[in-house]
Amino acid sequence: MTALLNVKDLRAYYGQVQALHGLNFSLNEGSLTTLLGANGAGKTTTLRAICNMVRSTGAIEFEGQPLASRSTENIVRLGIAHVPQGRGTFTNMTVEENLQLGAITRRDKASIVSDIERMYAYFPVLKARYTQQAGTLSGGEQQMLAVARALMLRPRLMLLDEPSFGLAPLIVRDLFKILGQINREEKVSILVVEQNAQLALELADQAYVIETGRIVMSGAAQEIATDENVRKSYLGY
Amino acid sequence: MELFLNQILAGISTGAIYACMALAVVMIYQAIDHLNFAQGEMAMFSTFISWQLMQWGVPYWAAFVITIAFSFVAGIAIERVMFRPLAKAPILTQVAGFIALYSIINSSAGLIWDFTIKQYPTPFGSAPFLGSQLISTHQAGMIGVTLLMLLGLYFFFQYTRVGLAMRAAASLPESARLVGINTSWMVALGWGMAAAIGAVAGILIAPVVFLEPNMMLGVLIYGFAAAVLGGLTSPLGAVVGGFLVGIFENLAGTYIPGIGNELKLPIALALIISVLVVKPAGLFGRAIVKRV
Repeated sequence: MTALLNVKDLRAYYGQVQALHGLNFSLNEGSLTTLLGANGAGKTTTLRAICNMVRSTGAIEFEGQPLASRSTENIVRLGIAHVPQGRGTFTNMTVEENLQLGAITRRDKASIVSDIERMYAYFPVLKARYTQQAGTLSGGEQQMLAVARALMLRPRLMLLDEPSFGLAPLIVRDLFKILGQINREEKVSILVVEQNAQLALELADQAYVIETGRIVMSGAAQEIATDENVRKSYLGY
Repeated sequence: MELFLNQILAGISTGAIYACMALAVVMIYQAIDHLNFAQGEMAMFSTFISWQLMQWGVPYWAAFVITIAFSFVAGIAIERVMFRPLAKAPILTQVAGFIALYSIINSSAGLIWDFTIKQYPTPFGSAPFLGSQLISTHQAGMIGVTLLMLLGLYFFFQYTRVGLAMRAAASLPESARLVGINTSWMVALGWGMAAAIGAVAGILIAPVVFLEPNMMLGVLIYGFAAAVLGGLTSPLGAVVGGFLVGIFENLAGTYIPGIGNELKLPIALALIISVLVVKPAGLFGRAIVKRV
């Protein structure tokens, strides 16, 4: 397996405050990787640094290409879809317009139309509401819309920032099931940041644990899930 | 009754001026999420350019097209040079920038073309329209052009990729970047389009108010008011707002005793405030529904 994403000595700053202290990790093509950690550990910052939305140093390579000098929109155009914290829904636009926006960098009209249909197959609730203003959807529906919007890019890699946030446990289960399905069927590599460690480890095949801006643990998701010490000291369940 | 109908007609014909300017206001609001106080001056300067071209012997419609193209490019240039560096500055810094731009353009126009009032031609003629003394063929033509621009904008925003991208960039810049939209260029494009629409407005308004560097002062206030009344997010609202302001101003001047020409503007603005108290997003503005 080749590394799709390679992060070396990543340091990120908010003004004078350093949020990441030299992160090293990599992500294999086709994998579903989770980045775990408590509040303020630097999970969101890591995702934002990948998309160049926060000042950072170090080297990030996607398919061997350095990302440092690229703007956010140019990184997205390489095939990295980022579902931000809070979902980033265009609330004053319709569900369908949100999906079209996901594909805004693509020119292949016909397959955009068929991709929208495919998203409706994954998330039937979106089809039922396609003319509705996205802001009127429930939290869970908006999260599904955010994932569908990201997939409309036909990404190689999808970054998800706390998809479970604020959602009822049952809905989170559904959502994670679909994420697993997308990872297998669409061959999209996924990097998911989560506080809900238990669920994320069930889903993922690879895991990193991050604490105050440093990677403190890495390995196969199953191993980390079964390691009593890791669970107690870092994951808190 | 006839007086009433006539006043409505007269209101529609002045309203066309406001509607035209309000469209430019809505356009820039779409792009930068606030108002550009120099909008009227930019329109005035464009109008002078077309006047100058005609002085040099360029035919009306050729001058019209050249001026629109020039304004579009100049709008983009102003954004790139002056406002892009200010993009992350506090809103008041930008307001200071707008005011600076306002006086720079106003004084330059005065310097180049002086402050004497100039006649400006109309391609529609100024005969009574359909036999009515209250509305001229020029004003009818102006209403037609305004409605055409409205239609054009509607199709642009609803049915084109760039239009969709522009709306996205205006409403949520960060999310827009995350779907791959170059938001910075969307803002520049918005400036260009607003400047072009403003140029059309200026060219249509000039035959009515005459050409001089301060011609847009009052018009811009009405244009703002019309846009706010109709809803800053809606081109249709801006146009309807423009006509409503024109009609109301005329009716108030005629029927409310003690209101002459001097008090028309405050009365019109008072009406707008009362409407906004009830409907803060404006008559046609889409109130954003949020569910958490």
